[in-house]
Amino acid sequence: MSEANEKSPIERVRTARHPDRPYTNDLLRSIFTDFVEIHGDRRYADDPAMVCGFAKLGENEVCVIGQQKGRDTKARQMRNFGMPKPEGYRKALRVMRLAEKFGRPIICFIDTPGAYPGIDAEERGQAEAIAFNLREMAGMKVPIIVVVLGEGGSGGALAIGIGDRVLMMENAVYSVISPEGCAAILWKDAAKADLAAAALKLTADRLSQFGLIDGIVPEKEEWNVDGEEADLGERFTSVADKLSKTLLENLKELKTKTGDQLVQERYKKFRAMGRWSGNS
Amino acid sequence: MAWFKRDKPKIETVSDDEERTVNTSGIFVKCPECENPLYRRELIESHQVCTHCNYHFRFPSRDRLEDLFDDGKYEKLDEEVTSADPLEFVDTKPYKDRIEQAKQSSGLPEAIVSGSGKVGGHLVYAGAMDMSFIGGSMGSAVGEKITRLIERALEKKGAVIVFSASGGARMQEGTLSLMQMGKISAALSMLHEAKLPFISVLTDPTTGGVTASFAMLGDVILAEPKALIGFAGPRVIEQTIRQKLPKGFQRSEFLLEHGMVDMVVDRREMKDTIVRMLDFMMGCS
Ligand SMILES: [Zn+2]
Repeated sequence: MSEANEKSPIERVRTARHPDRPYTNDLLRSIFTDFVEIHGDRRYADDPAMVCGFAKLGENEVCVIGQQKGRDTKARQMRNFGMPKPEGYRKALRVMRLAEKFGRPIICFIDTPGAYPGIDAEERGQAEAIAFNLREMAGMKVPIIVVVLGEGGSGGALAIGIGDRVLMMENAVYSVISPEGCAAILWKDAAKADLAAAALKLTADRLSQFGLIDGIVPEKEEWNVDGEEADLGERFTSVADKLSKTLLENLKELKTKTGDQLVQERYKKFRAMGRWSGNS
Repeated sequence: MAWFKRDKPKIETVSDDEERTVNTSGIFVKCPECENPLYRRELIESHQVCTHCNYHFRFPSRDRLEDLFDDGKYEKLDEEVTSADPLEFVDTKPYKDRIEQAKQSSGLPEAIVSGSGKVGGHLVYAGAMDMSFIGGSMGSAVGEKITRLIERALEKKGAVIVFSASGGARMQEGTLSLMQMGKISAALSMLHEAKLPFISVLTDPTTGGVTASFAMLGDVILAEPKALIGFAGPRVIEQTIRQKLPKGFQRSEFLLEHGMVDMVVDRREMKDTIVRMLDFMMGCS
């Protein structure tokens, strides 16, 4: 086990948010080849917080969807800190539909603080955009693999998260609300984020115990790198290799299933999520 | 009606939130919108809508179902499905205690009550959420109960109707709550494939993970007048954009104008409207 395992929940939250962690675009350059980005939701705009396109993973033609944060101030603004607007979710769905049409698997990378909470996003139906993706992904007749790369921020993350396999990087977090938001509401003090992070059980190991994710991709310190974006690909080779291998294994397995089989098993998986009292 | 019989002692300090439900201890109730006094009797007859200005008081979930089903008759479903404490969550108070308190003060087993029966002669599986149970929040039990409604409708070829009233996903169940959005939406995908109706009724307030899942997935979406409906709460948006929100923002009428809901419907006309929809979707019975 790597030393990252000793991290406290709030440390993992900070690691998950660290700007030197690899983003969707880094993976597109390292583990995928021949990536071509496609743009726009055909309704309103193109959302740079959501990157979509076609790529090759080994011999496989796949569709890649991923939230993208920015590494420097300028990029962060351009990417809206990785917070998609309705057009981002609608673009993602449009591209997933293309994948379905041409029988290509879908790979989604989750890395967002959450869907953008703004006037324009509300006006254009942020809630509807997320909700519609949840329903449509559930019925998608091609394999879907989801990887929580860094921050899995609530409904804005889940909107690209309904997959046949949901994997998490060892240091990623996935939560119903940010620890700060939770602390502000329940503790009436955003500074209690460390307590909230622990209480929310938002780390990969705990979520795996609750049956909410299917696997954890082990990390090494190489993920926490500093330096030029250009060298990043080389620096996290070791973990990128592991992720790539995991994706390929899962893909191989899922490709043997029919579309209907995928939909049925996907439903079964999400159907089983939850813990309550009373008969089951 | 259920709320009429409530014999809890009246609390002297009335919070902003409590003001929106009818205070049943006096003969008169003051409308928070137009400030006119209303007879309690009068309010019951008007389904808790102000007879002067049409202000919609919050409506208890059991009354909702009674109002919806023909002759007020329905079979209660899944009352035994209640919240557990899978995360052993403790903030300033243990979640376990919050659940017990909510049961006591609301008289409800969970933040949603559900039932089956006939609506305009059509077979309907319906749920009504209730703000008085931990802010109507959606945890595993709520998710399970809605999913079961959908699965029953699939099996018996019925329609699903859900009245939403919720602050969103329940924080104290963490990611388990979040996944209820996926679980219910996946069930709705099957209902959609089976060409069975889902009518979503949005009431004050419907926000967060509830809006961003089943509430916005209705074949038709109806909203009660002036209900707060949104993904992010107004306070979160104000903090993000650091400016005041325009008047009427995120209210039902605003959503209608932006094409996000089909109709804004007065509570007193809700049942007739729903029956009209079901007639179209399921054929006259
Ligand atoms: Zn009034």
